[in-house]
Amino acid sequence: MISRVSAVAKPVLFLLLLIALWDLSIRVFHVPPYLIPAPLDVIQVLIADWPDLFAQSVPTLSATLLGFVASAVIGIPLALLIVSSKTVEDYVYPLLVFSQSVPKVAIAPLFVVWFGFGLVPKVISAFLLGMFPVVVSAVQGLKSVDSDLLDLARGMEADRWQIFRMVSLPSAAPAIFAGLKVSVTLTVVGAVVGEFVGGNGGLGFVLQRSIGNFELPTMFAALVLLALIGVVLFWLVEWVEKLAIPWHSSQQKSFNQGS
Amino acid sequence: MTTAIELAGVTKTYRTKQGDVPSLRPVDLAIKRGEVVAIVGPSGCGKSTLLKLVAGLLPASGGAVQVNGAAVTKPHRDVGIVFQQALLLPWRSVLRNVMMPVEVKRLPEAEYLQRAHALLKMTGLSGFADKSPWQLSGGMQQRVAICRALVHDPEILLMDEPFGALDALTRETMNLDLLRIQAETGKTILLITHSIPEAVFVADRVLVMSERPGAIVASYEVDLPRPRNLDMMGDPRFAELARQVRTHFHTQGHLD
Repeated sequence: MISRVSAVAKPVLFLLLLIALWDLSIRVFHVPPYLIPAPLDVIQVLIADWPDLFAQSVPTLSATLLGFVASAVIGIPLALLIVSSKTVEDYVYPLLVFSQSVPKVAIAPLFVVWFGFGLVPKVISAFLLGMFPVVVSAVQGLKSVDSDLLDLARGMEADRWQIFRMVSLPSAAPAIFAGLKVSVTLTVVGAVVGEFVGGNGGLGFVLQRSIGNFELPTMFAALVLLALIGVVLFWLVEWVEKLAIPWHSSQQKSFNQGS
Repeated sequence: MTTAIELAGVTKTYRTKQGDVPSLRPVDLAIKRGEVVAIVGPSGCGKSTLLKLVAGLLPASGGAVQVNGAAVTKPHRDVGIVFQQALLLPWRSVLRNVMMPVEVKRLPEAEYLQRAHALLKMTGLSGFADKSPWQLSGGMQQRVAICRALVHDPEILLMDEPFGALDALTRETMNLDLLRIQAETGKTILLITHSIPEAVFVADRVLVMSERPGAIVASYEVDLPRPRNLDMMGDPRFAELARQVRTHFHTQGHLD
């Protein structure tokens, strides 16, 4: 229990230290508030504008979550297709990599043209950023399944579906979860990008508006909320990982103890 | 006695981008039901290929592979396979690992559950059914792999250097266990090994393979009585057989 408390306390302590340094540097170097606001100002805004900030978090969180779910639901089967068919790999995989080098900010306005100012373009933007790491890590995980394990299953007369369900998918699960963890933080970015270009709501919109009005404390408050959303979602994925593949971490633990 | 495994003029050539790599020259081999046959040979001589042909994991390039009189073209239920690594799935308990072939082959769960427990008991693993594989030692993991290979009651046990990854003392114990399991179940066993003493100690017949492309160059009947015990390793007949097998490798090169 003690170690668990300290595991949470350590980053919090470090964060407090950083905030103290931030406050200190502003005082020592006389940084004007229109360049960097003091931590206390940000906290005051967080408290005073809380109802509005909370309301603006809801569409951002929705776009993030929907984009993330789409990344997983489309990315994992796509990885499976790429791994199981050389043709799909040859035709689709390079295009996928190509699509990643296109800056999302540049094409995000297109989604506004196509889908209007609602939630859809933000979800698409989040999905486009979030899917790639899921596909790449799932492909890598599915490709590195021990070939002896596949022989073992084939030797038992297992069909393709049984091999996938009993051997390949669980073997690839740790890699897939690693991809999901990267993805969930990127979908937050994707949602904000979507709100930048075509938004009248959401934390991305708050960011833009407050920069335009030189309301730096508000802008920083929005950043803090975005960071919080990212951290909490990351923890959630990690928690699901522990539930879904408990053998993974426990096995590692016992290997470490053994060596 | 009837023939369990029969290979007639079986060859295997791997096709690669650099051209064809012959792995097996024509191999003729007949193994009787209940017989224990060990194959020794240098690394890369195609012993594992031979085993995969019998298991139906690889197609032969030429000749015919038969198990219990039926031609082998794909994996079939007459064999259980033990590999060098235990290859237990870490997300399954020991018992669920043993039961995996039953699930795959959709056999009646309840009936085979009893059999799985009986096998675990026979191999001294009764208390470990609900443990996870990584909580077991290397020797115990390989015992679980043997239980898994036997759970659907195949007539033939194929073993590809099953004790190669174990330390010498564990290996001797495993050899004794294998002899006991064979005596209790009467299975036909095809054992591929690097160890000449292991081959002579366990088998009724020891086959020697040449370097790649492999062929069977010699066959020795082991006339040591059963049940065997470790003292027999000091027996002059044992030493003489091991010496004879070993001469093939001194003329050819090394086992490794």
